[in-house]
Amino acid sequence: MTLRYAPAPPPAVLAVRGAAMLLAVVAFGHTLWNGVAEPGHALAFGVLVTVGELARWGSLPGEREPAPLGAAGALAYALLGRSGGEATTHGVLQVVTVVAAAQLLASVPHTARGSGPGPDLVARRVLAVGFAAVCFQPLSHSGRSERWFGEGLYFALFLVLLLALTALCEAVLAALTATTPRPFGPLLRDELRALIGIGSAVCATGAVMALGVAVAGLWALPLLCVPLLLTQVSFRRYAAVRTTYRQTIASLARSTEIAGYTPHGHARRVAELSTAVGRELGLAGPELSVLEYAALMHDIGQLSLVDPVPDGATARLPAAEQRRIALLGGAVVRQTGVDTAVAVVVEQQADPYREQPTAARIVRAVNAYDDLRGEGAGGPLGALEQLRLGTGRDYQPLVVEALARVLARGGLTSVGSG
Amino acid sequence: MRTTPRAARAYILCVALCATVCALPAPTPGAATPWGTLALLAALYLACELPGRCSFFARSVPVGAGSFFPLLLAAAFLLPPAAAVLVSVPGSLAGRVEQQPVAARRVWRTAQLALTVGAASWTYAFLGGPATLGGAGGGAVPDLPYALLPAGATALVFSLVLAVLDGGILATAERVAVRHAWRGLLARSVGPHLVHALAGLMMAILWRSSYGPVSALVVVLPMYISCWVFAQYHRQHAAHRATIRALVQAVDIKDGYTRGHSERVGRASELIARELGMEEERMEALRFAGILHDVGKLGVPTRILRKDGPLTPEERRVIELHPEYGHEIVRGIGFLDEARAAILHHHERLDGSGYPYGLAGDTIPEFARVVAVADAFDAMTSTRSYRRGRPVPAAVAELERCAGSQFDPQMVRALARALDRHGWSAAANTVTSEEQPPGLPRPRPGKRPSTAAGTTHRPGRRRR
Repeated sequence: MTLRYAPAPPPAVLAVRGAAMLLAVVAFGHTLWNGVAEPGHALAFGVLVTVGELARWGSLPGEREPAPLGAAGALAYALLGRSGGEATTHGVLQVVTVVAAAQLLASVPHTARGSGPGPDLVARRVLAVGFAAVCFQPLSHSGRSERWFGEGLYFALFLVLLLALTALCEAVLAALTATTPRPFGPLLRDELRALIGIGSAVCATGAVMALGVAVAGLWALPLLCVPLLLTQVSFRRYAAVRTTYRQTIASLARSTEIAGYTPHGHARRVAELSTAVGRELGLAGPELSVLEYAALMHDIGQLSLVDPVPDGATARLPAAEQRRIALLGGAVVRQTGVDTAVAVVVEQQADPYREQPTAARIVRAVNAYDDLRGEGAGGPLGALEQLRLGTGRDYQPLVVEALARVLARGGLTSVGSG
Repeated sequence: MRTTPRAARAYILCVALCATVCALPAPTPGAATPWGTLALLAALYLACELPGRCSFFARSVPVGAGSFFPLLLAAAFLLPPAAAVLVSVPGSLAGRVEQQPVAARRVWRTAQLALTVGAASWTYAFLGGPATLGGAGGGAVPDLPYALLPAGATALVFSLVLAVLDGGILATAERVAVRHAWRGLLARSVGPHLVHALAGLMMAILWRSSYGPVSALVVVLPMYISCWVFAQYHRQHAAHRATIRALVQAVDIKDGYTRGHSERVGRASELIARELGMEEERMEALRFAGILHDVGKLGVPTRILRKDGPLTPEERRVIELHPEYGHEIVRGIGFLDEARAAILHHHERLDGSGYPYGLAGDTIPEFARVVAVADAFDAMTSTRSYRRGRPVPAAVAELERCAGSQFDPQMVRALARALDRHGWSAAANTVTSEEQPPGLPRPRPGKRPSTAAGTTHRPGRRRR
């Protein structure tokens, strides 16, 4: 979040924004000069995109596609070659004009409230729709798509393929404009993984809208909106309960701090740093949330100790004691209803690294780092040095090096002091 | 495992026979059954139902026959009635059944869906729906705003038939009273079925168009994803409740004697809330408040919690910090909201002599007043290591004696009424905390309770 207001966006972000701006300006100029073809359709799709974008209201932060209807409507307009059996004549630039205008219109109330979609989101949408239109409209106008694919099954498959390409293009753009300083590869993989969920619903609806309007005219639009809106509602409810769930897990994790077993903020720091290291090592999706939950709850076993360990620093206890606490923790975690993989990680966090799953290796190293960081004169660098000395048995060298890279990138203090 | 009652068997047989009779005209030469479409749709429905059977997919697949109604409605639009009856048969015969008796449930579901789809298809044909779909070689454009009419009516009939059949099986097999069997069944399902009908209609239109069945399949994808997310939502919801329970069990690790206390306080709080006529959402929050009211004991050193014998004033002061610890622990959980105040204030007393803030009267949040009564009630009625629990009427009498000084009389009255009505099935043999119960009635001779509600104590009727 803080990085979002960094003084100068990286050149890739500037390039994406600039390209979108240029495309929109050219499109507006062209449309103003030549007039609008089939104003009814332009209006209908414009209204659809505007209304769809307005559905951003109440979206949760970090929601993958807060306006699926807007996205589907825009894609459908880009892929529209016929309507009710008649060929349409709108071109690429008109598509871009309508979508950009609808986005601007829809962002007015949001901006007035101070929470508009970021410029990157708008730029991404304009460029992706432009890409789809450039791929489709010339083929459709010249009649080539009809000659190549006919008006049957192959045409439908062609549309689906085009949309898949567009989704790919948008994922690349999203990874380029991401606000977190991370390698491009894992970012792109995260984006692609997210496509499977609501992304595929958006693409499917976009394709079906284009086909539906081609068969039945504009009446197909409202009919097809309903299932997608339903999907959006389901996703929202899911996201809400997921948030609550994470909050509860975090509260459970904090209980050891309030009980005086662990220093303040320890669980949260270990969780944040562990997920950063996990990403660095290429974990994603479910693996990453297993890691996060395990890191949050790794100290929960200490609740069963009658007397707290000094400073909660388990890293300096005898190995057998560490393992006993880990097993007790695993027993608590098994009751929380999280994935059993989390309990396994918590149970094995004190084992030598060769016997551990990756997540447990990360939790062990990061936990030790957080325990050792605060003590003595060494500070963060001294703690890292001690971890490196322990790579023979306790800590995996790969994990320690990833940790060092994450710390070097985020600044040793900013991540550490949280 | 109980067996299927005879009435239910007769009922299932009847419905199955009706469905078979409906399907009889399909194989006759005059029916012109479109076998290709029928086979494709049946295979699709089967493909949607099968993953539920396989244990690998079972966790990530929308469960319940309601998920794929768009497909069945599309079949009702596309096929003549006799053929539409057959579409759901392979899928529901192969689908997952969660409870015993498996065979009877499978037959029932197959017959029920077959008959429902048949009735829907017949309605659609009767209203002249198939002609509005367009396509079919002639390249006709669908008659769209009008096509919605027969489709909507079909969805209504679909809902109605399904609800009537459902109510019948509830009455015969589950022995639900006849006047309750149909309550709410229709109202709950009409909305979703209308939405499913929209998707089904679009699917039918595209199926008939030149783009063919593949494009129709794409229509169902958002619906399928929506159902999938919905199932995920339910799983996550269950996991969340388990986590709340784990928070409570973490307290049990430190203080082994409170086992079961939290859950029972949650239940008693819910009873009071229902009696006060709170809406569903607040009732849920109040239940969580009851369950989590002692979570702050996590912050109290284990040595003090487990100490045998009387506590020193110093130790007592440390224990009295637990509401504040509890408030601190759940601070980050957004949805608890009002419940957090209950956790902080459940040891306040109406006369202002409680802790942590010494609030009095109406300044104590409503939730906290409820939880205080529920907490004291369970502390009195549950058995501890050094004494048996008191009987329910004695505990209620004690609460009433302290109403006005310690407890809110309104909440005590509500609890007494709720106990009269529902009884209290507290597992009286559960051992609970050694800690002084928060509602430890101090004898206050001068203050008689001003309320007279529930003066005749009826023993709480045991449920089950």
